[in-house]
Amino acid sequence: MRVAEMTVQLVAVERLLWSGTATSVVAQTTEGEIGILSGHEPVLGQLVEGGVVRIRTAGGELVTAAVHGGFLSVTGDGVSVLAEAAELAHEIDVEEARSALADADEVERARAIARLRAAGHSA
Amino acid sequence: MAAQIRELRQRIRTVNSTKKITKAYELIATSRLAKAQTRVAASRPYAEEITGVLSALASASANLDHPLLTERKAPKRAGVIVVTSDKGMCGGYNANVLKATEELLALLRSEGKEPVLYVVGRKGVGYYRFRRRDITADWTGFSQLPYYVNAAEIGDVVVPAFLEGTENGGQGVDELHVVYTEFRSMLSQQPIAKRIAPMEVEYAPAERGIRSVYSFEPNAEALLGALLPKYVKTRLFSALLEAAASESAARRTAMKAATDNATELVRNLSRQANAARQAQITQEISEIVGGASALTGGAGSDE
Repeated sequence: MRVAEMTVQLVAVERLLWSGTATSVVAQTTEGEIGILSGHEPVLGQLVEGGVVRIRTAGGELVTAAVHGGFLSVTGDGVSVLAEAAELAHEIDVEEARSALADADEVERARAIARLRAAGHSA
Repeated sequence: MAAQIRELRQRIRTVNSTKKITKAYELIATSRLAKAQTRVAASRPYAEEITGVLSALASASANLDHPLLTERKAPKRAGVIVVTSDKGMCGGYNANVLKATEELLALLRSEGKEPVLYVVGRKGVGYYRFRRRDITADWTGFSQLPYYVNAAEIGDVVVPAFLEGTENGGQGVDELHVVYTEFRSMLSQQPIAKRIAPMEVEYAPAERGIRSVYSFEPNAEALLGALLPKYVKTRLFSALLEAAASESAARRTAMKAATDNATELVRNLSRQANAARQAQITQEISEIVGGASALTGGAGSDE
């Protein structure tokens, strides 16, 4: 069976990270993890600080991104993830994220953990 | 005579070396401008999305009484964020922004509000320091290449100041204005003053037909509280980006004019130098001819 598709946009303040058609989006809002398939009811959600967003593209690939200070908006037309800052998995500097783990600032630490998780490493 | 030629040649050399500098500035500004314009374009999707989300939120929740949206009853202090450049060599760019700011300050004072200055860019800081005006906070070093973190830094200072207000004897502000240079085209940049708080959300035009009803995570009020400061920062960021593009455009125009003037100046000076050289040669020849005829006792002999 062919899975229904939807248009997804992942935008950070300074640039558009990814846009295209996808079959599912998984993100963590402040209330808990949410998975979105095509035809989901409209939702506006605040994402957790230092969250990971996973997008399963129409081609079956998995796009993973670390998202900081983000919002999720699901409308009839598609899904958009807004972020103050975001990085795609392949852009993440794992070494740098590891060293940021020792950072005193709690927000920085949460971001470092998210970046490591998005890059497929354990924190 | 010889001294005059030397002087002219010296001036030509000076003008030429200045011209090299202005030409380099012009080329740099051109490439920066192109970069700044792409960044303005790249920031647009987010601005559009967040406006859309806010509009949806506004139409979904009936009462919007977040402090960032409500007008204060008796505004006493008004914050003004001035966006200037870090470096000069950009014609009237800074002068125009500062003039527009002075107008806004005068207007605020006439309305009985005490202006509070927040300055971005070294040139603005210098201007107000020299006049011994109070600057509440300043940020420098990123006027040509602003990042969102810079806008966030500013937002983290001005938004709490606004939320504090003055109603309960606080030392905050009741209004927030931003003065920056709007990029209209390569040749025209206009300083404009905008109020960013209490803000009017630029609503996306309402769609006809069935409206989707949103569910919210967490509730609408909490979401609004989290979104609005981000929206203010987005507005600040786009102001910084536009100002950066305008700065480069203004610098390009100014430096192009300077280069053209230098070319013109070199042409005139070369003409003068050549004329002086010719005059010198003519004079030397007539001196030699005159001297020779005096020796041979040619014309004008008094035998």
